[in-house]
Formats: sequence, C-alpha cells, structure tokens
Amino acid sequence: MKNKSLISISDYSVDEIMEVLELAKEFEKNPSQRIAESKVIASLFFEPSTRTMMSFESAANRLGARVIGFNEVSSTSVSKGESLSDTIKTVSLYSDLIVIRHHIEGAARFASEVSKVPVINAGDGANQHPTQCMLDLFSILRTQNTLDNLDIVLVGDLKFGRTVHSLVKAMTNFNTTFHLVSPVELKLPSAVKMFIKNRKLKYYQYTSMEEAIKKADIVYMTRIQRERFSDPLEYERVKNSYTLSKNLLVDVKPNMKILHPLPRVNEISEDVDNTPQAYYFDQALNGVYVRQALISKILGLK
Amino acid sequence: MEKVKKQLVVSAIENGTVIDHIPNDNVSTVVRILDLYKLDNEIFLGANLNSKKYGKKGIIKIKDKFFEDFEINKIALVASTATIIEIKDYKVYRKFEVTVPETISGIIKCFNPKCVTNMEITSTKFKIVDKKDIKLMCHYCEKITKKETLEFF
Repeated sequence: MKNKSLISISDYSVDEIMEVLELAKEFEKNPSQRIAESKVIASLFFEPSTRTMMSFESAANRLGARVIGFNEVSSTSVSKGESLSDTIKTVSLYSDLIVIRHHIEGAARFASEVSKVPVINAGDGANQHPTQCMLDLFSILRTQNTLDNLDIVLVGDLKFGRTVHSLVKAMTNFNTTFHLVSPVELKLPSAVKMFIKNRKLKYYQYTSMEEAIKKADIVYMTRIQRERFSDPLEYERVKNSYTLSKNLLVDVKPNMKILHPLPRVNEISEDVDNTPQAYYFDQALNGVYVRQALISKILGLK
Repeated sequence: MEKVKKQLVVSAIENGTVIDHIPNDNVSTVVRILDLYKLDNEIFLGANLNSKKYGKKGIIKIKDKFFEDFEINKIALVASTATIIEIKDYKVYRKFEVTVPETISGIIKCFNPKCVTNMEITSTKFKIVDKKDIKLMCHYCEKITKKETLEFF
C-alpha cells in the first residue's frame, strides 16, 4: 500500500482495507505513536470541512507529522486563478502526502494524477469520501467483531448520501443483508442497487423504520435535507418519521449499534445518546485511528 | 441492380476504408469522432441509402486510409451496426464489425456539469460499464454518462 493513493474506496482491495482496519485497532490501543516525525503532510481543503480536517490533522499530529495547508482558498494563490494542476504540482514538492478536499467531483483523482506524492481524497463534491467509508467499516467491525453476514439498516436520504453509497458498495463484499428505509423520493439509486444484485445479496425496502430496526445489527442513520425535496410539504410530512428516538429501541438485538456520519440535526433524538446502542461519537473517534493507520500504510511506516 | 449498387458502394475506391451500415443520422458524428475533416484524403459520404437490413443507412469511404482497430472501434458508441471494409486493389481485403472498446479517452464529454473534466481539465476518460446500452463511467467523477446524454467535443 506504500505510496498508493486512496481516491475511491474501490481503489483498495478487500484485503488492503482489512489491513488498514487491523492496524487501526493498534492505534486505538496506543494512539500516540510518533513514527512520522520526519514527514510533512499537506492538508488542502479547497472547501471548508472543519470536522474532516480536524480528524486528519489530529491523526497526523498523533503520528508526529507536521501539517501544512489551508482550510479555505481565499488566502491562497487559487484565489488568484492558479489552476488545480499547478497548485498540486507545487504542493507535492513540499510534502510527503497530500490530503485533498474539493467541491469539484473528480478533483481528487485528477490531483493524484499530477501529484508526485500519494493523495488521500477527503471528499470531492458529491462523489467519494473513502476515509469516511473506512471508518464506518471499522466501527462495524469494532462493534460486531466481524463484517460478515450482518443485517444493516440504512435510514434517511439514500439517494444523495454518498456515505451510504460507498458503504453499501463496500459491504457487498461481506454477505450483508440490506434494509433500506427512506422516503420514496430518496430511495437508493438503481446504479447502487446493482452492486447488491450483482452479488446476489438480499435487500428490503421500507418507508418507515420500526419494523426494520428489530432486525438490525447496525442502524446507519443519515440526515434528510429539506432542499432535496421538490415539494416542501412532502418534507414536512416525512421528516419526523425518520427520527430515531429512544422509544423505538425496544426489542432490538443486543448487539445492535447506531451509526451516523455526523453532523446530526434532528434525525437522532438526544435521548438516544446515553443508550447502549449509541455509537456515533465513538465512530467519529474511530475516524482518527483509521486515518492514522491509513497515513502510516501509505507512508510505508507500518 | 442490387449487384451493381453493391459494386459501386464497396469497390469504388482502389485502396482505402469503407465504413458501411452507419445509422443514417450519425454519419456526421462518425466523421467527427474519427477526425476525418483533418485528413487530406478523398472522402465520400453517403446517406439515405437503401439497406435491406436497416432500411436507410449511411456510408463513408476514405481513400488510401486504413485505421487501427482501437481507433475505429470508437465509432461503435454511435454506430454499433457499422461494418468496416478495407479495400486493396479494388478487392475486399478485410471486413469486420465494430466492437465497443473497454475504455475511451477524449471525444466524449462527461454529462456531469460538476465534473472536473468540465471545469479544470478538458481531457476525459471513461470505462464502458455497459456495452449493450452504452453506459460510460467517468474515470474522474465516477458518474455514468448514458447513450441519451452522449455529447461530443
């Protein structure tokens, strides 16, 4: 995996992903390992994303690496009209690894083609966000001790949620049964369902979550955004039926855990936070371990 | 009569390539995809020709020009029925049907307006994920450009 860019989760084989997840377990036990002290990591956030940026910087810092970069473009030469290609070429001279977030879809793949150093995609528009997918997989592995033969319930905006699409694709490698809960307007796109069908796996579709939750090993919640609806009344009608509250957590499996890519708005009530099923904040912390593992692998330090 | 026409269509050039059975509406697209307007060779274009198989068809003949297979297979995206006939000394030297390639670079635009190929760079690259219905997955934004949204540079 040394020097191998990660742009889309499918760039890594299942074995490579598992290698990263196993290493992440090591970082969970011992997060402070200053094995990258001589390394410089460039963190180029052409679009602000405080949460992802801090997670990457925290991971880099715990490895002892120095971080250079920006979290908004107004103070950079990009605002003077420099091309993405030139920015990347230059920065790749100053660093050992580039982490890029960009609002343009495909920008990260393009960056990896012009960069002299490996590139990690930290989100390119509505396209890919592979480290989110890896930390989701890690959270499933940590809570279930396996990725195989699980029942996963995905709730909310399954149409536009890129984290949902990547997770579904990745989980088709592990004999998953999918339970898809969404308003009709926001169903999982057929292009993503194709991955499930190609593997001959089972999936069930619902418009409310009560029934599905009882079958779940993992409940993956996502935010439903008002602007996704052509009819605002439709949004008002459905929004509360996709809110997970404590009173729904009866008769659930004992191993069931709730994940959410965060930020949450109102799709998980705060009364769920203190239940044994709530795992979304641990999930955010897992992001740091997974990114530590990934950075170490790509830099050839582990 | 049929025989005479056949002779005219196929053997009218001494050496060169005939692209036959082009869907009638796509003759000019094929010209563009193959960059034929850049050639100095004699080129004959035909449209609205009768075809037993397809009703109306188009045909292109290019004198003294032979294509590489990968080069000419590009036209399969818009002319999947096309037959390539190579002529040497007025005789059919080689005849084959076009096949849809695995990947295609340039020529086609990504339909996604937010794709980097429509904003920062102009070269495109696609993997053909469905050869029958022509579905192209963009190498960069990973969105699918379908037959209905095919647009050429």
